[in-house]
Amino acid sequence: MTAPALEIADLRKSFGPAEIIRGVDLRIEKGERHAIIGPNGAGKSTLFNLVSALFAPTRGEVRLNGRVISGLKPDAVNRLGLSRSFQVSNIFGALSVHENVRCGVLRSLGIGYSFWRPVGRIREVAEATDRVLRETGLSDKAGLVAGELPYADQRALEIAITIAGGARVVLLDEPTAGMSHSETDRAVALIEKATRGKTLLIVEHDMSVVFGLADRISVLVYGQIIATGTPQEIRADPRVREAYLGAEADRLEGAPE
Amino acid sequence: MIADATSRADMRLDPEAGRASPVLPFGVLVAVLLLIPALDLSRSTLTLLNHCGIAMVFALSYNMLLGKAGMLSFGHAVYFGLAGFFCLHLLGWIGEGGAFGSFPVFFLPVAGFAVGALAGAVIGWPSCRRSGTPFAMISLGVAELVAALAYMFDSAFGGEMGVSGDRMVGPELLGLSLGPVQEVYWFVAFWTVAGCAGMHAFSRTPLGRLSEAARDNAQRVQYVGYDPARVRYLVFIFAGAFAGMAGGMAAVQDEIITIDALSLAPSGAILIATFVGGVRHFWGPVLGAVLMTWMESNLSDYSEAWLLYLGVAFILVVIYAPEGLAGAVAGAWRLARSADRARMAPVLALRLAGAGCMTAALVVTVEAAMRWSSGHGETFAPLGVPLPHDAPATWIAAVVPAAAGLALLRRARRIEETRT
Repeated sequence: MTAPALEIADLRKSFGPAEIIRGVDLRIEKGERHAIIGPNGAGKSTLFNLVSALFAPTRGEVRLNGRVISGLKPDAVNRLGLSRSFQVSNIFGALSVHENVRCGVLRSLGIGYSFWRPVGRIREVAEATDRVLRETGLSDKAGLVAGELPYADQRALEIAITIAGGARVVLLDEPTAGMSHSETDRAVALIEKATRGKTLLIVEHDMSVVFGLADRISVLVYGQIIATGTPQEIRADPRVREAYLGAEADRLEGAPE
Repeated sequence: MIADATSRADMRLDPEAGRASPVLPFGVLVAVLLLIPALDLSRSTLTLLNHCGIAMVFALSYNMLLGKAGMLSFGHAVYFGLAGFFCLHLLGWIGEGGAFGSFPVFFLPVAGFAVGALAGAVIGWPSCRRSGTPFAMISLGVAELVAALAYMFDSAFGGEMGVSGDRMVGPELLGLSLGPVQEVYWFVAFWTVAGCAGMHAFSRTPLGRLSEAARDNAQRVQYVGYDPARVRYLVFIFAGAFAGMAGGMAAVQDEIITIDALSLAPSGAILIATFVGGVRHFWGPVLGAVLMTWMESNLSDYSEAWLLYLGVAFILVVIYAPEGLAGAVAGAWRLARSADRARMAPVLALRLAGAGCMTAALVVTVEAAMRWSSGHGETFAPLGVPLPHDAPATWIAAVVPAAAGLALLRRARRIEETRT
C-alpha cells in the first residue's frame, strides 16, 4: 500500500495562549481533490500555512508521500513536490508574465542557482514556460508586467506559477476570491484542467466551486475537523448545518447537487 | 506535432520579452571608447575618463544589490577597497619578482575580482541571512568595522599614508607598459567593457533573474523551490567580486589607495551615483557614475559646494524621479515616439525651464552665502556681474528666478492635469 499524498497527524498550532489548530487529522490520497471549508476564523489559512511548511506546528506533523515535512523550509518542501498559491496574489510584480512563469518552471528542470548561462537561451525552460502560459491562457499577455495586470489575470498567473513546476501536490488558497461569476467559471475550468491527475487541497469560500470541484470535503470549525466526506455526505451532515448558520447555511443549500 | 509546437514557440517566444536589447547600448559604449583616443585629449581628461570607467563598473556592481536584488548596502566600498589594497600589495610583489614576478599587471582586476568575491563570501555569510532594514544595518556596521580594523593594521593598510605601488612592473601584455595615461586608458577601457558585459550577462542568468524575483517577492521564491537567503548570498558574492574588479582597475590607475577608499564616504557616494543614474535600468548606474565622477573632479573646481548640489539632486531624484536619469531618458524617448508628444511637449519645456530657474536661484543663494561665510572677501560674480551678499541685486537674482521657477512648474502641472 502506498503512502497517501498528504497525511496530517494530530496537528496543533498555538500563537501565544491561543490555540488556532486544535488537533487535526486528515488523510488525502494521491489524485484526490480535497476541499477545506469552514466559517471565518476557523483556522483554514493557518492549516494551509502549516501544511505548506510556512509555519512550524506546535505539535503533530505533516507527511508528504509518507515523508515528514514539518520543520523543513518551504523551498525544501517545494522541491519535494508540493506547491501552493496564495489568497492575496503573490507574484513577482516588476517581472513580466513570462518571467513569472519561468521562475516557477526552473526548479523542475533541475536548474539550481545557476550563473553560467543566460536563462533565456535554455530551450527546455522556454518550452515549458510557453506550455504553462498556453495552458493557463496567458500566452498573449506574456510580455506584460505582472504587477500591471487586471485582478483576474493576476489570479490566473498565481495559479500558473503554482502549477508551473509540475508539483504532484497542489494547494490552492481561495483561488476565486474576489472574482465575478464569469471569472470564477473560467478559474474553475482552469483549475480542473491544470490539476488533472494531481492531488489538490483547496480552501474556498464559494460553495458552488467547492461542491463542483472536490471529491471529498473537510469542514474545519474552531481549529478542528468536524466532518470529512463526499459532497453529498457533507451537505446532509447535521453538524455541518449547525456550524454554518444563517446566510452560510443558505449557501450550502444553494450549492449544486 | 511536437516539432510544430516547438517551431511555433520559437517564433512567438522572445525569451527576453519586455527587456531592452543590449546591442545598442553596448555598441555605443564600445564606439565611444574607441573614438576617445582620436580626440587627443589632455592627460587630466584621460585620467578623468579612467575614473569614469572605474566608477561605472563599481556602480553597476552596486546595482546588482540595490536595483536587482533589492538589497540596500551602506558598505559596498569595503569590497572595492579591500581588493584595491590587495592589488597594490600584489603590484609590490610583482615588482620584487619571485612567485608573483610573472603576473601581468594587465590582469590585476582579475585578482581584484577574486579578492572581492572572497570578501563578499566571508562578510555576506552572516549578513545575507537577513533582507531589508536588518541587512542595511549590518552592512553599515560592517563598513565601520572594516574601516576601524584597517586603521589598526598598519602593515596591511599603510595607516594614514595608505599603500602605493608602481604599475610599470612585471611582464608587458599587448605591448602596453601601462606607464603613460594613454596606455592606462586602454587598460581601463578593456576592463570597463568586460565588467559591463559580465554583469549584463549575469543579470540574464537564472540566478540573476531569481535575484529580481526575490526582490519582488521573497516568499514566492521559496514556493518555486529556491531559498531567497541563498540567492541573496550568491548575488552578494558576485557584487563584491565586480566591486573588487573596479578596485583592481583603480589600483593600476591611481597607484595608491588609502583607508578612505573603504570607508563609509565612498559607500554613500556610490549609492547616490547609482540611484541618481537609475536603479531600474541596467545602464542607469553607468550614467550616474559618469555624472558623479564629472562633478567630483570638474564641478569641484568651480564650486566648493558641489557636494551640496549632488545632495540636492539626490533628494529630488528620490522624491520626484525614482527611476533616475535613465528613467528620465527612457521617459523622454517614449514621449518622443508617442502620439501625445505634441500635447506633452509644452509641459516638458515648462518643466525644464522651471527646473533651470530653480537651479539658478539655488546656485546664486549658495554661492553668495558661501563666499560671505568663508570670510575671504571673495564675491560671487557669474558672467562678470558681482553679487555680494548684501546687495539688493543678489537678492533679486535669488528670489526672482525661484518665484519664476515655481510658477513655471505649477503652470506645467496645471496644463498636464487639465489635458489628461
